Amino acid sequence: MSPRPIALAAALAILACLPLLAPPYFMHLLIQILLWGFVYTAWSIMGRFGFVSLGHGAFMGVGAYVPALLWNYYAVTPWIGIPLGVALSVLLALVIGYPCFRLRVVGHYFALVTLALSQVVMLSIIAARDITGGSLGMTQNAAGHSWYALQFPDKRYFYVISLALWLGGLAIWRLIDRGIGREALDAISEDEEAAAAIGINVMREKLRVTVISAALTALGGAIFGQYLMYLNPETVSGIEVSLKIVFAAIVGGMYALLGPTVGGLLTISLIEGLRVAFGTHFIGAANTIYGVLLILCIIFMPRGILGVLERMKLRRMREKAVAAE
Amino acid sequence: MDIYLLEAIINGVLLGGVLALLALGLNLIFGVIDVVWIAYADLVMCGMYVIYWLYAELGWPLPLACAVAIIGVAGLGVLVHLLLIQPILNSAPINQLLVTGGLLFFLQSFATLLFGTEFRNIGVRLPIIEIGDIFISYARLLAFAVALIGAVALYFFLRRTFIGTAIRAIAQDRDIVGLMGVDQRRIYLVTSAIGGALAGLAACLLSLQYDVHPFIGNTFGPLIFMICVLGGLGNMIGGFIAAFVISQIIAIGGYYTNTELSYVLAFTLFIVLMFVRPRGIFAR
Repeated sequence: MSPRPIALAAALAILACLPLLAPPYFMHLLIQILLWGFVYTAWSIMGRFGFVSLGHGAFMGVGAYVPALLWNYYAVTPWIGIPLGVALSVLLALVIGYPCFRLRVVGHYFALVTLALSQVVMLSIIAARDITGGSLGMTQNAAGHSWYALQFPDKRYFYVISLALWLGGLAIWRLIDRGIGREALDAISEDEEAAAAIGINVMREKLRVTVISAALTALGGAIFGQYLMYLNPETVSGIEVSLKIVFAAIVGGMYALLGPTVGGLLTISLIEGLRVAFGTHFIGAANTIYGVLLILCIIFMPRGILGVLERMKLRRMREKAVAAE
Repeated sequence: MDIYLLEAIINGVLLGGVLALLALGLNLIFGVIDVVWIAYADLVMCGMYVIYWLYAELGWPLPLACAVAIIGVAGLGVLVHLLLIQPILNSAPINQLLVTGGLLFFLQSFATLLFGTEFRNIGVRLPIIEIGDIFISYARLLAFAVALIGAVALYFFLRRTFIGTAIRAIAQDRDIVGLMGVDQRRIYLVTSAIGGALAGLAACLLSLQYDVHPFIGNTFGPLIFMICVLGGLGNMIGGFIAAFVISQIIAIGGYYTNTELSYVLAFTLFIVLMFVRPRGIFAR
């Protein structure tokens, strides 16, 4: 066995055993990192091909609110509610994606259209305050420990669910990365017209990644809602969440498999660390530093942390090759 | 006609003036430098805090505080360009949008750090004008008038001065303009300064009507992008009209339903219009 699979197996074993050791607070952090890491990975499925969406807050919001509302008002199990929420997100992605791709709405314009979408979803949730609780948020009716309601007060259950979800997200990322569509997508992101000219079905390829990305993001939002047992329009949808998703993916490096996860790991531990360090004395200090780091990251390493590491590795390999000659 | 509806329409027109001013500033930057400043509305927030701090805390006279705010935000605009945009001018356009998104996070949390999240009011109460049964706030009327004057002044600046002509030329073809002896870097700086100054002016006008808090930019920031795009890139007059269209939708929609739904309506209309007329509603 080569060293790579062994390292992989060891890492997985450590991740699987963590719940036996970690105190609840760390479990909470780990679950958050895994869930957000999953959502960031879902975003980068689109983002890495240059389709920068600022609308993923919309998919997350729909994914989180649909099962919660169905559960609270009609006692529909999340096992049905979550697929419905995901389906609705996919529908939303198609309704926005199809005309965008047909009319070649790209770059800035695509970002702004999707930004408007995330505002529409957030404001609709607030406007429907009679059933969603508006900006005050809502809590799901508690059912104790229940598989039917997908509610587990024990954090270990959600840790395992998040871990599985995250691994699934990575697998899908890799599948697309290694799949036949990859070259087509790369060609599209380089030059759409040229790609169409050599017979690539631009529309189908773009819609495919958009739908996958939206569906996974909605799923992440749904599990996030089930875990927190509290939903607030500003924490699951809207411009701030959308930007947060984009930033973490960029900081970590959206061109690498683990990049978005590293982004999640960094941003969440940074914000938590600063929060612990500053306490409540300096509200805003954590985010101020976060903002500066974001700016520096985008200016000095637009390919993200893993992108920089990868480039360093490549250079070292090349040097080694030169030395060997 | 319902008197309250009429009042809503008039207030919509008055709000449109300030939105138009902001859309002009953003449109200028968007058209000339080809960058979307996601944090544009947050520059307005900075200006509002400058006025609040100088006038309400330090007791400076209001006109002086406003002048400092305008110059200060213009300077901030120059800094944004020099520190954030210029280093990555040649990288993917989306990075330039995102770097100002980072600025948005920074400004909002820095303002929270300095002033807390409380809503703060400069405490100037302007009279309310009563015409028949309609109440119109003097502050809004003033804001509308000043915004119009600002827009006209910008128009003449762009039409009648050399640097204004150069700015318009660069929006049309940035490669050729360099051959005509125009220093592109200088034009970009001037444009950023004007964009900032317009945000500062808007801050003065909004200070009279709204309480300032760190997240005030989120309430009308996205609206300004929509207006800017609807009007058409670099199309000043289009942007001006679009501002009034959007503000009317919000005012009349708000009258029949509620504020959030009227915004939903405005954003939905924006998405639909982007599909119907991708180059802006006034494109030929």
